[in-house]
Amino acid sequence: MFALVDCNNFYVSCERVFQPRYEGVPVVVLSNNDGCLISRSDEAKALGLKMGDAFHLVKPTLLEHSVKVFSSNYALYGDMSRRVVRVLCDFAPEVEVYSIDEAFLNLGGMRYWAPEGLEDYAGRIRETVKQHVGIPTAVGVAPTKVLAKMANRLARKRTEQERVWVLGNDAQRLEALERTAVEDIWGIGHRYARKLHEQNICTAAALAAKPRAWVRQHLGGVVGERLWYELHGQACLELEARLPDDEATLGPRATHRQSAACTRSFTRPIADEQKLREAVATFAARAAEKLRAEGLAAHLLTVLLGTDRFSPKPGPSTFSTTIALPSATNDTGQLTHYALGALKRLRRAGTCYTRAGVVCAGLEPEGRVQLGLFEAPEARQKSKQLMEALDTLNKRFGRAKVRYAAAGTKPLSWQGRCDYVSPQFTTNWEQLWRIGDDASRKV
Amino acid sequence: MTRITPFSISTDWAGLTLPLFACVVPAGFPSPADDHLDAPLNLHELLFAHPASTFLARVTGDSMNGAGIRHNDIIAVDRALEAADGCIVVAVLDGEHTVKRLRREGTQTWLEPENPRYPIIRLNEGSELIIFGVVTHVIHAFREKRSRVLGQVNNLRRRA
Repeated sequence: MFALVDCNNFYVSCERVFQPRYEGVPVVVLSNNDGCLISRSDEAKALGLKMGDAFHLVKPTLLEHSVKVFSSNYALYGDMSRRVVRVLCDFAPEVEVYSIDEAFLNLGGMRYWAPEGLEDYAGRIRETVKQHVGIPTAVGVAPTKVLAKMANRLARKRTEQERVWVLGNDAQRLEALERTAVEDIWGIGHRYARKLHEQNICTAAALAAKPRAWVRQHLGGVVGERLWYELHGQACLELEARLPDDEATLGPRATHRQSAACTRSFTRPIADEQKLREAVATFAARAAEKLRAEGLAAHLLTVLLGTDRFSPKPGPSTFSTTIALPSATNDTGQLTHYALGALKRLRRAGTCYTRAGVVCAGLEPEGRVQLGLFEAPEARQKSKQLMEALDTLNKRFGRAKVRYAAAGTKPLSWQGRCDYVSPQFTTNWEQLWRIGDDASRKV
Repeated sequence: MTRITPFSISTDWAGLTLPLFACVVPAGFPSPADDHLDAPLNLHELLFAHPASTFLARVTGDSMNGAGIRHNDIIAVDRALEAADGCIVVAVLDGEHTVKRLRREGTQTWLEPENPRYPIIRLNEGSELIIFGVVTHVIHAFREKRSRVLGQVNNLRRRA
C-alpha cells in the first residue's frame, strides 16, 4: 500500500505556525516577485480567489475582504518541508519526497506496525505532523501511487478534522474512480483529457473500463498501459526513495537530482539587452551555486526567455536554447559565459521579455568529471578553490554579496518585489522567531 | 592526403619494474590517542531531542525572569512533548505567542508569569488553550556577541 501525504495550503500553513493571528482569516501567498497567487487558505478559496490569479487584478477583492497577503518565503517553507518529511520518516521505511508539500510513503508490509488498520494509521500520521510541525495534511492510502494520489484528492475535500481517504478494497476503489474526472487523474494532461472527453470518457471509472489494448493504443503506449494497471490496483510505479540528507540539504538527494534551475518572472517586461544579461548572469550564478551545494556538475545548459503568456499575439511564448558544455562544470564563470552566449543567440532586439531562466542538466558528480581534451587539470583545481571561496563568502555575508560583474553592479537591480515577506523565522539568526510580552498585560 | 606511419611497440615490456607503493608510507610513532578518538560534542544532541519538532525563538520582555528566561534569551521549544502542569510553555493568547508557566488543576487551566509585575492569566471555563510547544532549554548569553565586520563598519562611521 502507498500513502500520499499532502500539506494543506502549505505556504499559508507555514506562515500561520508563527503568526497564529492569521488563523481563521483569509490568507494568500504570492509567487516570486509578487506576481500571482500560489497558495490560498480555505477562507481565501471561499472568496472565489483562484490559483494563479494575477495579484494586481485581484487586489481590489483582497482589500475589500482584508485578505492577509504574504510574499513567498522559501527559506521558511523549505525548512518546514524538511521537518514534515522527517516526521513522515518515522511512519514508513521508504519515503519519496515528491514536491515541497507532498510525499509518498510505502506502507507495504506495515500490517504489524499498524495493527489499528490503515485508516487509523493514516489518521495518526496526520495528527503527528500537525502536533510536531504545526502543518495540517491530507492523507490518501491506496494500493498504487496513481490511486493514492486520487484518494488524496478525495481526502482533501473532506472537513479539516477528517482528511483521510483509504482505498482498501475493490468497492472503495471503484467508488473513487467514479468520483474522479479523467483530467484529475495523475499523469493525464490537458491534451489527453480533451481527447478522452471527445470520446465520451469523462471519469476514471470509464477509462478503467476500457480494454487495456485500447488504452495502450490511445494513451501513449506503455505509459498509458501502466496507468491502466495502476487504476486497476496493480502497482507499476515504484517509490523512488528520495530522502533528504540528514541535516545538510533540503532538496531530494543529490544523485537523484535531474537538473538545477533558476527562473523568475520580471515585475515589468524587459527589452534592454544589458538588463537581460544581468538577469541571466544572476540566474546562472544561482544555478551554479545549487550544483556546487550538491557536489554536481552539468553537461547541458539551457537558457529560457519568455514573453507575455496572455498577449493576443499568436505563436509560442517561451523560447529556449540548449548548449552542450565542452566538459561538465559547476563553475559560475564558465556557466555565466555560456549562458550569455546563449542569450545573445536567443534574444530578438525590440522584444519585451517577462521571464527568463537558466537550467543546468546532464548532471554528474563533480569528482567524476571527464576532463576536456584541451583542459588543464590545474585550471579545474583553481576554479574549485575560487568557487569554494565565493560560496564561503556568500554564505557568511549573504546571498550574491560577492558576484561576477556580469550579474550587475547594483544588487539585483532587475529583481522585483517581495513587499509582504515574513521573517525567515527558522533559518536566520537575525530574523529568528520572536516571542514577546504584550506590554498591556503588565500590572 | 593523410599519411599514416605505423610504429612498433617494444615487446620486452615484461622487464619493466614498478614501484611497490605509489604513495608515501608514514613510519612515525602512532598517536596513542588513536584508539580513544571520539566525535566532538554536538550541542544539537543536547538541545534537540526531536529535531523536526524543536523550534528556536528569541524572547523579548521580562515576564519570565523568575524562571531564568530573560529579555533577548533564546529558548528551544519542542512541539512533540506533552504540556503538563508546571511546564513552561509557548501558548497562543489572542493570536499572539507568549511564554508562561502552565498550571492545570482539575478543570482549571491558567498561565503564570514568573514576575510579580505581571498578572496571572486565567482561562474562561470551556475555552481551549492552544499550546505551541514546551520550552526545553534557554540559551542565555553573558556577553553580547559582536560581529567583527559590523564592528569595524561602526568604528569607521564614528570616525567619519
